[in-house]
This record gives sequence, structure tokens and C-alpha cells, in this order.
Amino acid sequence: MTVPLVEMKDVHKSFYGVHVLQGVNFDVRPGEVHALMGENGAGKSTLMKILTGIHTNDKGTIYVKGEEITFSHPKEAEKAGIAVIHQELNIIPNLSVTENMFLGKPLTYGKWGINKQKEMRQKTVEYLQRLGIEINPDIQAGKLSVGQQQMIEIARAVSTNAEVIVMDEPTAALTEVEIETLFEVINHLKQSGTGIVYISHRMEEIFQLCDRISVLRDGGYAGTKEVGETSYEEIVKMMVGREIGQKYPPRTAEPGDVRLRVENLTDAEGLFENASFEVRRGEILGFAGLMGAGRTELMELLFGSRKKVSGEVYVDGERLRIRNPHDARKAGIGFITEDRKEEGLVLNLSVRENLALTNLNKLSDKGIMSNNREKEFVGSMIERLRVKTSGQEQKLKTLSGGNQQKIVIGKWLGIEPSVLILDEPTRGVDIGAKKEIYHIMNELTEQGVAIIMISSELPEVLGMSDRVLVLHEGSINGVFAREEADQESIMQAATGGGLTNE
Amino acid sequence: MNNGGSFKGTLQKIGPLLGLVLLVIVLTMLNPSFLSLNNIFNVFRQVSINALIAFGMTFVILTGGIDLSVGSTLALAGALTAGFMSGGIDPVLAMLLGLLAGALMGAFNGVVITKGKVAPFIATLATMTIFRGLTLVYTDGRPISDIPQNFSFEMMGQGYLFMIPFPVVTMFAAYVILYFVLKKTTFGRGVYAVGGNEEASRLSGLRVDGIKIGVYSLTGMLSALAGIILTSRLYSAQPTAGTMYELDAIAAVVLGGTSLTGGRGWIFGTLVGALIIGVLNNGLNLLNVASFYQQVVKGAVILLAVMLDRKKEA
Ligand SMILES: Nc1ncnc2c1ncn2[C@@H]1O[C@H](COP(=O)(O)OP(=O)(O)OP(=O)(O)O)[C@@H](O)[C@H]1O
Ligand SMILES: [Mg+2]
Repeated sequence: MTVPLVEMKDVHKSFYGVHVLQGVNFDVRPGEVHALMGENGAGKSTLMKILTGIHTNDKGTIYVKGEEITFSHPKEAEKAGIAVIHQELNIIPNLSVTENMFLGKPLTYGKWGINKQKEMRQKTVEYLQRLGIEINPDIQAGKLSVGQQQMIEIARAVSTNAEVIVMDEPTAALTEVEIETLFEVINHLKQSGTGIVYISHRMEEIFQLCDRISVLRDGGYAGTKEVGETSYEEIVKMMVGREIGQKYPPRTAEPGDVRLRVENLTDAEGLFENASFEVRRGEILGFAGLMGAGRTELMELLFGSRKKVSGEVYVDGERLRIRNPHDARKAGIGFITEDRKEEGLVLNLSVRENLALTNLNKLSDKGIMSNNREKEFVGSMIERLRVKTSGQEQKLKTLSGGNQQKIVIGKWLGIEPSVLILDEPTRGVDIGAKKEIYHIMNELTEQGVAIIMISSELPEVLGMSDRVLVLHEGSINGVFAREEADQESIMQAATGGGLTNE
Repeated sequence: MNNGGSFKGTLQKIGPLLGLVLLVIVLTMLNPSFLSLNNIFNVFRQVSINALIAFGMTFVILTGGIDLSVGSTLALAGALTAGFMSGGIDPVLAMLLGLLAGALMGAFNGVVITKGKVAPFIATLATMTIFRGLTLVYTDGRPISDIPQNFSFEMMGQGYLFMIPFPVVTMFAAYVILYFVLKKTTFGRGVYAVGGNEEASRLSGLRVDGIKIGVYSLTGMLSALAGIILTSRLYSAQPTAGTMYELDAIAAVVLGGTSLTGGRGWIFGTLVGALIIGVLNNGLNLLNVASFYQQVVKGAVILLAVMLDRKKEA
């Protein structure tokens, strides 16, 4: 048997006395894709942060090609040939693509010399081409979609010629096409002997792409399986300790009267012209479309965070004046945004303060916060969403990715919305929690809430929506009832194919 | 309030306090008269003006902003108050009008920053000059000294309450109120949130512009209060009063451990920071260090403190 590229044995880690990893074993062989799975907060990212020198383990040993090693700095791991693409993107928005590619390690004439601008630009083009991506190397990274930014990170990791590349939920924000590209790249890397650690909550991907699967449960090591010798059910059971059953719970609510009516929304930048749609009480309207079709932007327009030129929004027949998100929230509209780090959370504040942020009115009297009410509210939200946290005062940035997402959802559940917009609500969320989110959606609709759900996962849209609206380049290119909605007709409409029936 | 319960967080919190205690011990050993009651009140009185401004500055910096116009605001508000009084307006009313003027100057800063979308540094750099210019215009470049005798006005800068200098009482009263505002009100929550992530705050439905205008107005008003105290102490409004005060205020905030990038910090730290600066000034005087050297030492201490703070964060 070949020596593994890296091997971790009996790794332990705790933060301020809270055990996060206990006796975990993990290894990566040359030319394999090794999946690391587990629920939100199981310790996957932490394990990889230890492997890449960001955290140090309390106990246990790490071997690189059979040799024991300790990393005290990410740079050392990089030198040892281990690169990582983190769950939370590491892109500096106001720098160019090229500058981001060479962040912290520019090519220079001499050690401290002048940057080799041209060469760096050319290399960037090369790396991007190798991944089959077309991105202007001079454009500001912040202007790119999340998916494109992710691709830059991948290109950056590939550019270091690493022998082990860790990808922490790389596909969470990618389009179908980008995912395919990524898989091609991964297969290519695999053939050249690179070992890949692949973290994802998407089962289908794992079984399609990976050779072995290791599972963490609550910081403990639950085992490693060859993909050919295991099943979806077995892995889920290893992860959560029970069977999870059907993926999408049946929709139970009966849609009632029209709750939200949007008429002729037109924006200042010419993305939309007279967009109109409505959502009933207790209905889930799914928004499908390719990335860049303008789904998020349309929601921003409705929510008042994007400038509109004309158009009306009615809730329960009453015309609303929404000039900013404050107006929208007051009118009972909640918006679970897709980019939790930039738009959803204040990472330096605690779980408590973040959950309270949208609910300050209800948690205060005459502007003075009520400690008791706040604690109670936050406590109940943590319980309801089963957030894995060491307490209300834990800082948000130390929460696992999926648990951060739950906080964004909790923020908006708190306002008891009459209209709730969910933009990629299950991104980075484990299967158990996904199901909980679906249950909550069902529960809300039973109480008459009108829900709009945007998702790039078509099965999710099909599984949860009562109707599906398809957006193509800013215009509504079809509305399908649940019964008539299928993958094909939606994809056709999403790519601009002929108009379909109402 | 946001450092969690961690050991590192606690250390970060008590760091400035530890520094202050150390400083006091060293100074007392060098010159025992430092710790006399008289001198302590003296230090507090000297600190009070900077502390009041720095309290406001804490709010501004927590939102991720900065206010360079505080010294000019102090001068203009002080001059206006003195001018009103010498013009025969009731002293209490004159002082209230002075405070109002300060708040309006701050609000102006806030509006320029939020609605005019000018970076705080630039906006307040400009208004620093504008307010100073207005002070010179209003006073004709000369001190206003024909302030009528008045008990309430005299009290502000020169009075005592149970043997405690009144400016010190004012400072502590302001501290208690502002501590409460920052910690217990929805406005305080907004201040931290806006500094931590402005976009997320906006999308959460917070009135970000309102919060920002609020913090600048508050700072303007506190600067005006400091201006009134200073005018009362000198019984004269100097057109050049408060020059470079913004630097001491910012230094106090930073020494106290508040992050210049916003979202993290606390007002207790600012009080300690202001005390460190005050103790340092006073101690160096007691030790007869020449004033030119004092500046060097003060600057070095600020640098050291900030560098230590960085270490802890890494
Ligand atoms: N710096 C830290 N300080 C305190 N606790 C931390 C820190 N980093 C991680 N944790 C805790 O460790 C646990 C494991 O987190 P980790 O990010 O490894 O989970 P994960 O398996 O990657 O989850 P997800 O699927 O949601 O990304 C979580 O409960 C998290 O709150
Ligand atoms: Mg993770």
C-alpha cells in the first residue's frame, strides 16, 4: 500500500474547554477524492483547519508522507503542499482578480522588488483557462458572482501546485455548469496524483465524485467507508445516528387568498421591466432560474434594498410604501439573504445580539432592551432551530457554517413575518437541518405566511414549491403549477426557451 | 461586552486598566504626592474635558467612523454660549443653546456623511476647518471675556459638589448615562451592529443613517458640553480653544481597546484611556519632565498600547 499523502491520528481539539474533536483519524492517499461528512458543527472545518495549520491540535499526530510534522502557521502547511479552499470565501472585493490570485505572494523582481504585473496577469489567465473559466482578470473581484469568486479561490489553490487540496463545501454557491467544470478539474487533478479532501452536504455529489467517505459525528470519529461498499442510508445513519426518511416532507397547507401582490416592478438599472407576480397565504412560490437570472435582485427590489423606478407592492390588499429594508421589515416582510457573511450576520457579535438584530422593537420598551425577553427569545430560537452553540454569548464567527445559516433564518422567523423570502436557505446546511428548515416552511405556511423560495437546487424547488416561477435574464419566463413542473420544462424556461402556460 | 467569556477576551478587557494601575504605582513610587487626594481630583478635573469628548468619539468609532471636528465644535459652542450670555440671554438658556448648537454641528457631520456619502475622515476634516472658521468669524478672532457673573455657569467649570469638582461630577454622570445607552438600548445595539457589518444591519431593517447621524450629534453635544466647561473654567471663550483635542480623544478611545475598524469596544475602556493620558500628563509634570519630552512619551505610550492590543488579537 502506498504511503498516504497526509495522515492524522487520534486528533483532539477543544475551544475554551468545549471538545470539538475527539480522537479523529483521517488520511488522504494520492489520487483519491476523500469525502469528509458530518452534521453542522461536527468538526469538519476544524479538522481541516488543523491540517492546514490554522489551528493546532491539543493531542494527536499529523504525518505528511509518513513523516511526523507540526504546523504552527498556514504558510508551513502550504509549503508542505497542502492547500485549502475555505468554506467562507477569502476574496478581497476591491482588488482585481489577478491581485486576489497572488494575494500575499506576488511575483516580484527580486525578493522585495517591484511586482511583475504582466506576468501575474498572464498566469491568472492561464490558471483560469486551465479550469475552463472565463473571467476578466482585471475586473474587481467584488463585482463577480459568489460562484465566480469561488472559482478564483480554486484556481488560487491549484496554482500553488499543492499535492493535497482541501475543498470545504466548494459547490455550495456554484451553478450546475460551474459544478460540472469543477468536477472535471477535480478528476484532472486526481489523475495527476493530487489528493483531494472534499467536504459537502450534498449526498449525490459525494457518491458521484468520491472514492472514500469519512464521517464525523459530534466531534467523534464515526468511521471511513469505500464508496462502493456503502450506501446513502448507511452514511446518513453514521452522521446522525438515525434514519432520516423522506427528503422533502409533504406540503400540508392549502393556499388561500392572495397575500403578496407585486405589480410592474421596474428597477433603475434596467434589469427588470414590469415584473409582476403574486403569492397566496400559505403558499410557497419557488423561484427558479440560472444564476445571474436576477432572482436575488428582484427580491432586493421588492425588499427596498435596491432602487426601484416604479411598481407597487401590496400585502393583504394594502399598498405598501417600501423605500428601504426598514419599511419592508415593518410591513412584515422578512428576507433571508443568500450571502450570510456579507449580508446576513455581524460576525463579531454574539449569537444573542445577531438574533436580536431584527427584533429590537419587540425585545425593548421605549428603546430600552429587556434582558429577560431577549434571553428567552434567543433561547427559544436556538432550541427551535437546534443551533449548535456553546451558549448565547458565543461569537458568530466561531459558529460552524451551517449553524451560522440557522441564525440568519432565526433572525427573520423572529419577526413573525407575513411574507418570507428565502434566498438559498439550505446552502451549507446538513441533511437533518435541511429537513428541519423544510418543516419550518411548512409550519409557517400553515399559519398563513406567504413564502418565496429561491434555490439553485432544482430538486429542492420542485420538492417544496406549490408553484414555480422561472426567471430568465430579468423577465418572468413561465409559471408552473406543482403538478406540471418538472426538471425539463423548468430548465427550458430558465434558458430562455419558449413561453409556457400559466 | 462582546468578547465572550474567554480568557483572552477578559485579558483584553482588563489590559488598559492594568496599564493604568501600573502607571499609578510607578508614579507614586517616584513621587508620593501623586496619590494625594488633592492631586487625584486635579487629575480627574483635567481629564474630564477630554473624557467627555472621548465618550462621544467612542460611539462614532464603534460605528466605524471618526470625528475630527470635535475641537472646533467645542470652540464654537463655547463661544456661542459666552456670546449669548454677554448679550444678556439667561445663562441656563445660553448653555442649553450651546449644547443644541453642538448637537446641530454633529448632526450636520452625520448628514454629510450619510446622505452626502462623504467619508467620515474627509467630512469632519472639512467641518473642523469650517467650525473653526465660524468661531473666528463669530468672535472676531478675540476671546469673549465679558461674561456676566452667574452661579450656574460658574458651577460648570469651577464649582464643587460635596468637595468633588463639578466637571468630574458631570463626567461621571455622562459616563453612567452613556454606558447605559450603549449597553441597554436599541440605539446602542444599532451602534455595534452598524460598525460590525453595515450592510447586514441595513438589510436587517436598522435605520443605519439615523444611527450614524445620532452618534455624530451625540458627539457634537458632548463636545459642546466640554466647551462650556472650559469656557466656565477660564471665564472666557477662546477662539482657538480645543485645538488638537480630537487627537487626545481618539487616543483615549484607542487606548481603551476600542477597534478603529468599528464594531468592537466599550466605553469603560475609554474612561480608562482618558485617565491614562491624564495621569501621564500630570505625572510627567510632577516629575518636572520638560513639556517637549512629555509629548514624546505620550506618543510612545499610545503606540505601545496599540501594539500590545494587536498582539492579543493575533
Ligand atoms: N474558534 C472557535 N472558537 C470556539 N468554538 C469554535 C471555534 N471554531 C469552531 N468552533 C466550534 O466547533 C464546532 C465545530 O465547528 P466546525 O466549523 O468544524 O463544524 P463543521 O463540521 O465544519 O460544520 P458545518 O457543516 O456547519 O460547516 C462548532 O460547534 C463550533 O461552534
Ligand atoms: Mg464547516
